[in-house]
Amino acid sequence: MPNFIMSYLGSTVTPGEAGNQFWALIYVLIIFAGVSVAVIAMNWIERKALAHFQVRLGPMRVGPHGLLQPIADAVKLMLKEDIIPAEADQFVFWVAPLIGLLAAFTVYTVIPFGPSQAVSDMNIGILFMLGVSSLGVLGVVVAGWASNSHYPLIGALRSSAQMVSYEVAMGLAVVSAILMTSMNASGTGTLSMIGIVQAQQQQGVWFIFKFFPLGLLALVIFAIAMIAETNRAPFDLAEAESELTAGYHTEYSGLRWSLFMLSEYAAMIAVSSIAVTLWLGGWMRPFPNLLHAPAWDFIFSLFPGLTFLGLAAIAFIGTARMPSHSFFKIQCIGLAVFAALLGFIALLLLVAAVAGRSADTSLAARFNEGIGYVYWFVLKVAVFMYLFIWYRATWPRYRFDQLMKIGWKVMLPISLGVLVLTAIVGVIAS
Amino acid sequence: MNPGLNAALNSGMAPVATPWFFYALAGMAVVSALLVITLRNAVHAALALIVTLLSVASLYLMLYAPFVTGVQIVVYAGGIMVLFLFVIMLVNIERSSKEHRFNRIWPAGLAAACALLALFVSAFVKGKALFADRGMPLPESSNTQQIATMLYGEAGRMGQYTFAFEIASLLLLVAILGAVIMTKKKI
Amino acid sequence: MVPITTLHYLVVAAALFVLGVIGVLIRRNVVIVLMSIELILNAVNLNLVAFSRMWGNLHGQVFAIFIIVDAAAEAAVGLGILIAFFRNKETVNVDEIDLLKW
Repeated sequence: MPNFIMSYLGSTVTPGEAGNQFWALIYVLIIFAGVSVAVIAMNWIERKALAHFQVRLGPMRVGPHGLLQPIADAVKLMLKEDIIPAEADQFVFWVAPLIGLLAAFTVYTVIPFGPSQAVSDMNIGILFMLGVSSLGVLGVVVAGWASNSHYPLIGALRSSAQMVSYEVAMGLAVVSAILMTSMNASGTGTLSMIGIVQAQQQQGVWFIFKFFPLGLLALVIFAIAMIAETNRAPFDLAEAESELTAGYHTEYSGLRWSLFMLSEYAAMIAVSSIAVTLWLGGWMRPFPNLLHAPAWDFIFSLFPGLTFLGLAAIAFIGTARMPSHSFFKIQCIGLAVFAALLGFIALLLLVAAVAGRSADTSLAARFNEGIGYVYWFVLKVAVFMYLFIWYRATWPRYRFDQLMKIGWKVMLPISLGVLVLTAIVGVIAS
Repeated sequence: MNPGLNAALNSGMAPVATPWFFYALAGMAVVSALLVITLRNAVHAALALIVTLLSVASLYLMLYAPFVTGVQIVVYAGGIMVLFLFVIMLVNIERSSKEHRFNRIWPAGLAAACALLALFVSAFVKGKALFADRGMPLPESSNTQQIATMLYGEAGRMGQYTFAFEIASLLLLVAILGAVIMTKKKI
Repeated sequence: MVPITTLHYLVVAAALFVLGVIGVLIRRNVVIVLMSIELILNAVNLNLVAFSRMWGNLHGQVFAIFIIVDAAAEAAVGLGILIAFFRNKETVNVDEIDLLKW
């Protein structure tokens, strides 16, 4: 049994390829914990960012600057009464959030956080992701039907029609990115996610910049389609509160509703990770081929530590600016502890960066490298997450017929055109 | 005894815990197929069919056919079943959940199906030796590439199935047109 | 345990096929009859992919892909017919779809 654990350390392939179920399970648990923490953080950031966009402050009371607000929300949702409509189909009502949750979390099996940091690098990775995210539509449809009420049913049908329509444009944008992976010497591309990032590394260019502006257009189409897929603003007609009284999850309360929210945020993070892997170079730091000297490696490996140092500095400034009233003492202490925690993590990362720069295979160097891959990946995904919140704060909602018109009459022709042009330019350029 | 399996084991391609996974997935597929044909509520039957489709997709994965797995999940489980659920919601009337599940001629149907089952069993028992492996299984990592070569051709030649592929796209066009026209209220 | 051979997959495919045939012949609800047809097509696909593995070439898998495409087209058209009929007669009962009887 220790052989099982020890034999994988130091390997350069994913646990799926090495056939090591124990480490695959560990990776799955880490991803599950990480995504849950990310969803909680995303909840807080969304409320604070939306508030600041609307020139107000957002949650400020529950913890220092509302940092404990998501925990309070989670506790409230867990303690709420579990109401099931009388005529609702019990089994289907119970299983509907689980379908959405399973579909959202299964995508993480193929997402690579590093050249061997994925649960399993399937050689049909991107096809698997497209299929599993289309299983999320089933959860929505079944949730609306199981509620046995008008608004949820209409909301579910609208929501699922929207998701199915934008899946087509999403798939075509993905195909044009896959097409770009075959623009190499041997002319064979790959569907595996790690292979796509390695193709970007070999060709020396992120696919967003390849055959400019075709790569950029493909990313823009995918970005718009993924907002429609996850039912976020400005495509959130099906679940907006002023329209259909929260659409397909109207009748869900308490823990079941939180499962829907969890699956929505997890799906957002998952499709953003797909966009980052396909077009933005995945885990690669900026300019890996151009600036290849060890000095540049060291500078870029300082970035994780410096980011946490910056966050700790912001938290310290927040502590200093707290009102000196006695009512704020606990919040002041809490924020100072949080700032100290961030500073400690920053110190750890900086020490690892400095210690790992000399040797190539020591534990510190490999730890440093792994942290670097995960950091750049998470940073790019965080940019997309922030864009989601920005769109919600800025743009008004589309009416449903406008939404469907855009999906079929604008996005589909443009993505087909991008695909054909990418193929033509690829043949000419080779 | 089984040249294909031995070759697979020797080339390091044998998957983990194969017999257990096979029996679990096959059992799940058959049990949910049984549920599809016996459940009274159409939505429950559709959910059971989704479980069947996903189990069959996993069986394809065990047969080293990853691309067919992907196509099955995307098209069947993610597209056709959504279509079925939409239609069930459109035509779902309360009366159908209180009627008998089986139609008037169900004994004759059951007898015919039992005859078919007897035929299959006799074919398997008598022809057991026919189903030994005959060729080397192809590597899984180039599966998509090879299917693409068969479908699209390479190096200036048409593939073996390129013509059939184009006809299939025409078939889909006809199906789309047919479905749209049939469901219009005024043609 | 005995290693899994092609015959195992054929037995599973035959079981699915027979269950699909029973569903088509027995059920009263047209939508469930259409779902049983999908079961039959899946059984055929499983058969094809198992034989493709047995022979060591990819013809079975390509044919299986074509059958999946075909099943999609047929499901769309079949459900379109069902909806058009439902508009006329308000029933999804196989026993009551008898407008062409003399």
